[in-house]
Amino acid sequence: MNLIKNKNFLALAPFFLLLAAFGTYVGIALATNQTQYLTFDNLIGLLGRSIALGITAIGQTFVILIASIDLSVANLISVAAVLASYIMSGDTTMMVPAVIIVILVGVFVGAVNGLVVTQLEVNPLIATLGMALLLQGVLSALFTNFAGEVPKEFQVLAYGEIGGVSVSLLFLIALTALAWVFLKFTKVGSNIYSVGGNADAAKLAGLRTTRTIVLAHILCSVCATIAGLYLASRLGSGAPWIGRDGVYDLESIAVVVIGGTALSGGRGGVWGTLMGVMIFSLLDSIFNVAGVDAFAKQILRGVIIVAAVAFYAARSRRIEA
Amino acid sequence: MNLLKKINPVFIVLALLIIAIAVLSPHFLQPTGYMNFLKRAAPIVILAIGQLYVINSGGFDLSAGALVTLTVIGSSILLDGDPSATWWVIGVMFAIGIVVGCANALVVSYLKVPSIIATLGMMITLSGIALTWSGGAPRGYLPENFRFFGRFLIKDLPLIKILPVALIVMVVICALLWWLMHRTNYGKQLVAMGDNPYSARLAGVPLVRTRMIAFVVSALTAVMAGILLGGFAGVSTDVGVGLELQAITAAVIGGAQLLGGRGSVGATVAGALVLQAIFTLLNILGFPKPIRDVVQGLILISAVALASYRRRKSGG
Amino acid sequence: MTGEVLFEMRRITKEFPGIRALDDVSFDCRAGEVHALVGENGAGKSTLMKVLSGVYRADAGEIFLRGNRVEFRHPLESLGQGVSVIYQEFSLLPDRSVAENIFLGREPGKRGFLDHKAMRLATESVLDMFGGRHTFDADTIVGALDVAQQQMVEIAKALSLDAQVIVMDEPTAALNDAECELLFALVDDLRNQGRSIVYITHRMREIRRLADRVTVIKDGKVAACFDEVPETDDIVHAMVGRALGQFYPDPAKPEDVGPTVLSVTNGENAVVSKVNLQLRAGEIAGFAGVQGAGRTALAMALFGAEPFVNGEVRLNDQVLTATSPRLAALAGIAMLPGDRKAEGLSLMQSVRDNAFLSARAFSALLGNPFRTEFGDVQDIDTALEKLDTRAASFDVDIQSLSGGNQQKAIVARWLALKPKVLIFVEPTRGIDVNTKSSIYAQMRRLAREGAAVMMISSDLPEVLGVSDRILVMSDGQIVAEFPQGASEADVMFAATEAHEALGAA
Repeated sequence: MNLIKNKNFLALAPFFLLLAAFGTYVGIALATNQTQYLTFDNLIGLLGRSIALGITAIGQTFVILIASIDLSVANLISVAAVLASYIMSGDTTMMVPAVIIVILVGVFVGAVNGLVVTQLEVNPLIATLGMALLLQGVLSALFTNFAGEVPKEFQVLAYGEIGGVSVSLLFLIALTALAWVFLKFTKVGSNIYSVGGNADAAKLAGLRTTRTIVLAHILCSVCATIAGLYLASRLGSGAPWIGRDGVYDLESIAVVVIGGTALSGGRGGVWGTLMGVMIFSLLDSIFNVAGVDAFAKQILRGVIIVAAVAFYAARSRRIEA
Repeated sequence: MNLLKKINPVFIVLALLIIAIAVLSPHFLQPTGYMNFLKRAAPIVILAIGQLYVINSGGFDLSAGALVTLTVIGSSILLDGDPSATWWVIGVMFAIGIVVGCANALVVSYLKVPSIIATLGMMITLSGIALTWSGGAPRGYLPENFRFFGRFLIKDLPLIKILPVALIVMVVICALLWWLMHRTNYGKQLVAMGDNPYSARLAGVPLVRTRMIAFVVSALTAVMAGILLGGFAGVSTDVGVGLELQAITAAVIGGAQLLGGRGSVGATVAGALVLQAIFTLLNILGFPKPIRDVVQGLILISAVALASYRRRKSGG
Repeated sequence: MTGEVLFEMRRITKEFPGIRALDDVSFDCRAGEVHALVGENGAGKSTLMKVLSGVYRADAGEIFLRGNRVEFRHPLESLGQGVSVIYQEFSLLPDRSVAENIFLGREPGKRGFLDHKAMRLATESVLDMFGGRHTFDADTIVGALDVAQQQMVEIAKALSLDAQVIVMDEPTAALNDAECELLFALVDDLRNQGRSIVYITHRMREIRRLADRVTVIKDGKVAACFDEVPETDDIVHAMVGRALGQFYPDPAKPEDVGPTVLSVTNGENAVVSKVNLQLRAGEIAGFAGVQGAGRTALAMALFGAEPFVNGEVRLNDQVLTATSPRLAALAGIAMLPGDRKAEGLSLMQSVRDNAFLSARAFSALLGNPFRTEFGDVQDIDTALEKLDTRAASFDVDIQSLSGGNQQKAIVARWLALKPKVLIFVEPTRGIDVNTKSSIYAQMRRLAREGAAVMMISSDLPEVLGVSDRILVMSDGQIVAEFPQGASEADVMFAATEAHEALGAA
């Protein structure tokens, strides 16, 4: 049956895309005789450059699974990075309090997003866009440049290595695994799929839909603050524009979609998202190896994001039809 | 009482804000005061009306701000101070606008990409083009006859003393787009489509054409706003940043229904002026500029929340 | 074979604004029995079952479960007591597995963690009850299953709750013959296990095949209750038996009927096939058939919304390829959709704007919307008034009007274009009796003025009363044609039994 074929295809699409991207990468590297890009370290390094995107996208996966969306992550990343480096101000003893405070901010922002969406029934796009403006405004009013700095010890998060593999990469993989366990093996995780798949049916079966949606938003925002902490650790300090410059809102949505999670909710998962992140970082590397200029890269990215969403929109429509 | 209920509250809010500004800053009542206010409001008013066309069709156009930037950057590079090139460059910019609008509409209509994603993609693409073209920093400069629209003031008039050209442009565009929205078959079809695309299709409304015109109108207003901003603000690479959100906020303040079906040009103009008045007020009160974003975010959320609360109440 | 009374509904009354949906209805079901609940669309069958499950609360009357009085405030409560209703619209999650669907909201596990193994085992043991008739296992994704198998998942859900009372609302509506047989065998099993099954249907052969008792509901009242399955005629008589009187306009006289306006030869698309049909000027052709027989799909095909992929359509002897509603409308075909809110109206716009929509769509793009090429404001207002459209003013939002008046605005919309063919889909659904009569008169007037009128309706008496010719559809084909004055039994028989005959041939 066509139906079943399409289902399998959708589940495997991210994998095939990843293979295609990888093939292109190797092909271009060989064709341009730049085999130095093909070493193992370099390949590992590829993913290493997308840690912040990966962490954010894992969070975005939760809200998209529940049929919502979060456009405030980029600005929340900036807030987290600036706040962390401001509170730490190079003082190691302030590391733990800073991390706790930053994550609490994430919990708060996520809860507000979730409550505005569920209680005030504001379209999630608008609710989180509004939140994005709010965060950006507050941050820019208080900080205009790099604020404070993180102590050397905190930079271990970004630059440290365990057995030759970077701490941040291990962290991303651990986070993905944790998210997978949560979604797959816990009741709450299972509820996220159910509420996202058919909120009415879930409600009829007695699930608490509001609570689940708010929780998904909290998880998303907390992931964004962790991404902010990572960026502060990498840059040594936080600045109010780092989230926006990384286009983390749109890119996190794009990699989630490319990873096979449906924008309409209820289908997909975090491993797909991780593949989406790898596809994106491969694309970046392909542009680098092929010598595409930085701004043209941005054009290509815009086109690729729309094409990817169109690709999945067409596929998933066939299933519903 | 009935009459009061019929008046869109945005007009009352606008009146109150203007009174507040006038009280806090008496200079506002001088021609140079209010004319300057209107001149500065012109780009956002024009953009908001363009955005209203897309909102009434049931979508969003997030690429408008990036198109403003592209217009400013592109014009300054193409012109590089040569006044004789102004007219064809303006023509090229409007042609780019038509292409962008058509592309947005085609992606939404045929690839079934939600308009918010499609136009976000367009936004990235356009700012990429602007950056590639300029190499990341503003180049070239705009000749005086290009800047005429944004900057020139007609002086020594009776009563009002001065009249910015930007204001004339704004009034003409408002009138034209008011007519198209509220006094043509097209406008009525547009709103009906945003209200219920399925029923509009079954009533014979050509959806693709209707949507395409809406996106093209939005893109053309963005180009026009770019020409005005290039005129009075000069060339920079972030001139259009965030303008699309201001335009959406203005339309929402004016009572436009997100996802289509209801929204008037007059109220949107008032909405844009309210937004500009709030910014002016924040300025007078000495708040730092970023506070604008905070206020705008709050307004956006509360306007939509209020609308959905009212809908729930009336819908039972 | 049948045992104690499992549940009993006593003298249930339920009112909605403007309508008494259930009037003093009593209904019960014993263990090990299939009780068929029969009636026309809108008779109150589904409302009765929603009262039973706690979706609605009765205004009067009592419900007893195993002799104890119960009051359900939410479907969860009735479910907890072993009453499970399977609606036509399944409440399944297409992207989740069978096991996850069956245990939705009550997944086994401890301390927040799921016990996948226990869930799978419990699912398998429920599925065992199907005796190998299922083609899926606990891990199959529900979206990959066909409708019949999805229905089994719904039934499995009921079984996993050990539901003793299972209500099935027209379960065969979307099933083919083989799938029906499978379902019947399942229902037999459930009966043999001593459960009570309420089986809602209006297909006679299913009643004969399955039912132990039959209750007929009509206009919110119990019209008849048979302790054993009676003759088909008796059921039909009880379902219909209303005085038709002067409710319907006079039929067309022979001299009224003109030439063929629209003809279809071998029309075919994904839903309909072998469609051969002529619509004549001055005539109302009524289309009867059960839900899912393909009548609406035929209307959508003629109107270009879901066009024929094969075959030929001729309009006034010209070949017509209408691949969109716009092209069909341009050629002179009009359709009044069945689901007014979803397909017919722009709810936030005024009555006048709704009535004007098609005239505007086919006038100059930049033309004056109040003076279109098909008439001005005065003309539209006159048309609305002539149709007796009741509104405080034609400037109010159309959502504030009653269904009948909304329908009139859509009629006015198309009349402005002076169409040659008018297709009415369920023209009186959700419309009160008096307005119905005036809509019939309107349809007749349009036919007299020379239009070919096609009417699709699930209300059989309406089809019989209004049409000059009755065509019956089943399984996407036109299977029978009757002249004016055909009996309900004949048409009902053709609509419900014809495909058995076709299958046998």
